[in-house]
Amino acid sequence: MKTGAKILIEGLKREGVDIIFGYPGGAVLPIYDELYDNPSIRHILVRHEQAAAHAADGYARASGRVGVCLATSGPGACNLVTGIATAYMDSIPIVALTGQVPTTMLGNDAFQEADITGITLPITKHNYLVKKTAELGRIIGQAFHIAKTGRPGPVLIDLPKDVCTTQVDDRDIFPKEVSIRSYQPTYKGHTKQVLKAIEMIGKAERPIIYAGGGIISSGASPELIELAERMGIPVTTTLLGLGGIPCNHPLNLGMLGMHGTEYANYAVTECDLLIAIGVRFDDRVTGKIQTFAPHAAIIHIDVDPAEIGKNKKIDVPIVGDAKNVLQAMLNQIKKSKVNEKWLDQVRTWKKKHPLKYKDDGCLRPQYIIKQLSDLLKGDAIIVSEVGQNQMWTAQYFCFKKPRTWLTSGGLGTMGYGFPAAIGATFAKPGEIVFDIAGDGSFQMNIQELGTVAQHKVPVKVAILNNMYLGMVRQWQELFYDRRYSYTELTPLDFAKIAAAYGIDGIKVESCDNVVPALKTAIETDGPFIIDFRIEREENVFPMVPAGAAINEMIGGHEA
Amino acid sequence: MKSHTLSIVVENKAGVLSRVAGLFSRRGFNIESLAVGTCEEPQMSRMTIVVIGDDAQVEQVQKQLNKLIDVIKVSDITENETVNRELALIKVNAEPGTSRSEVMQIASIFRAQIIDVGSKTVVLEVTGDSEKIDALEKLLRQYGIKELVRTGKIAVLRGAKTVQSLK
Repeated sequence: MKTGAKILIEGLKREGVDIIFGYPGGAVLPIYDELYDNPSIRHILVRHEQAAAHAADGYARASGRVGVCLATSGPGACNLVTGIATAYMDSIPIVALTGQVPTTMLGNDAFQEADITGITLPITKHNYLVKKTAELGRIIGQAFHIAKTGRPGPVLIDLPKDVCTTQVDDRDIFPKEVSIRSYQPTYKGHTKQVLKAIEMIGKAERPIIYAGGGIISSGASPELIELAERMGIPVTTTLLGLGGIPCNHPLNLGMLGMHGTEYANYAVTECDLLIAIGVRFDDRVTGKIQTFAPHAAIIHIDVDPAEIGKNKKIDVPIVGDAKNVLQAMLNQIKKSKVNEKWLDQVRTWKKKHPLKYKDDGCLRPQYIIKQLSDLLKGDAIIVSEVGQNQMWTAQYFCFKKPRTWLTSGGLGTMGYGFPAAIGATFAKPGEIVFDIAGDGSFQMNIQELGTVAQHKVPVKVAILNNMYLGMVRQWQELFYDRRYSYTELTPLDFAKIAAAYGIDGIKVESCDNVVPALKTAIETDGPFIIDFRIEREENVFPMVPAGAAINEMIGGHEA
Repeated sequence: MKSHTLSIVVENKAGVLSRVAGLFSRRGFNIESLAVGTCEEPQMSRMTIVVIGDDAQVEQVQKQLNKLIDVIKVSDITENETVNRELALIKVNAEPGTSRSEVMQIASIFRAQIIDVGSKTVVLEVTGDSEKIDALEKLLRQYGIKELVRTGKIAVLRGAKTVQSLK
């Protein structure tokens, strides 16, 4: 006989979980009591449950494994919501465990009761309210299976307190294998469709690959690069696809879309074949959807059939795992090809319209990120917050490997970066983890300095401090006649705040001090905070105004 | 825009209906009717949902439904040969005298049963396809309908074929 809490911990171990990000409370006391006896599962005590969810997400993105977070019922569970939604939008496998009032009190508006399965219905891949301890073994197996297979995503398990304290016969409580009759993701692409895609690639004169987060989650980066090289196809990636192809690869065009490179956006607009892999034609990528890749036939490879044809009509849909489908394609491709004329055209665009910023000795964020990129040479995990800091990083940091770039793409969650970076340090011990933040975003989860201090998390934070909510200010400047309505922030000395937590930090106000400060951060064993006082009204360019076609950029080469 | 009939087999578990209904509202799909009940397998339920939209929207509805873990099978049976039925209970004013006999006459033309008679009203039970029920409702309006309850459409494929066997 074993209690539910014991079964839970055993189940987590069976799934290979060795770390949980969490926050205790009344309803999860039985679980915490069990954790006390199980040091093989490390528990990282965060300062706010939102950070637990983001840390689990950062852990998952950096490692490719399932991240786990734990919170108590009611407010604890509700505080996970933003983190779960973030993981859902970016298809990140996490399992969220929440406490719940005892089953006998469910639905009674009991103390710290919230209907968290109801609340998270639209933001989880699936969720469970466990009603009987005997079901727990099966549910844990299913939850992890669902989280990491097919199109990955968050799964929540709601655990009433009595389910955790009740003892049941634990023989055969964990089924040998997970079987869910209604859930069988398709991994292998349809052979006929694969051949059709190859034929189209063979015939195309101006092909482009548009690669996204699916490349990272399926581990398809080598196949992507091989396809591009063998068939001479330039590659542009989404925000979440960065790192799928090394930034310095000759066929790489960087990011496309609203703040993409001009050459990527021109190439997509002019291409005659768009090979979309692990992407979802998000509005920040496509701009005005009718004018996105207007001359192209489109091949779309995705593990989620619902993404195919959702926003754009597709000529060759292929449902399957990106790696699996690309391997099948590579096996079938008989001869390689170079589209010299097209590659020349792309090279010309690249040369003529590079990413540019003013190099006038003022402390500009692009300069800082370039220096950091040069120092780290792609050998680090870079995390960002959301807004200008995120776009500058996407544009100017040279990502060389998958899973080295963690950012909240779909939901655009300010406050994601710092806790996600904390999670990443546990996924990849020994690697340098840098959170590139804005002063606004950093303050959204600044309380996690406490977590960093307590667990001596060796995370580095570069705050691009402009004392504005910079991206919103930029839109107000460009589209609202410079009416800066509530986007200015109080100046703060972040190094001093860090010092209060016993964390080292420094303020940097000039270009000369950028590299030394970054070096100090890199060489410091523990955490380090740099407060960069950047040009306050620096903008992210180029930019496609909302609803415009992606080749209608402002602030590009003319600026 | 036209109406499509979806036949959906789901796990017979708590919360499945809210998962399905929630998906419709959150993605802005219009449900015209939804009927749900147990089916030939005790662990499963069958839903018949009539949804209005163009073909692309309805295809997206089906794909999204298929993503729900508790949904076992989704079929658009609009183009198949089906038998469709809906049941309605209609409480209509029928004062003794002319109006009552007229109501009863209309009921008999529509093969509706009178299942309750009050001093001023009668309750009719009618089954048929949705159009038939619409037609009866329209005729009874002039007498004053006090209450109308419709089950929503249920449908089954004609012949030996089953929704489970459809591709």
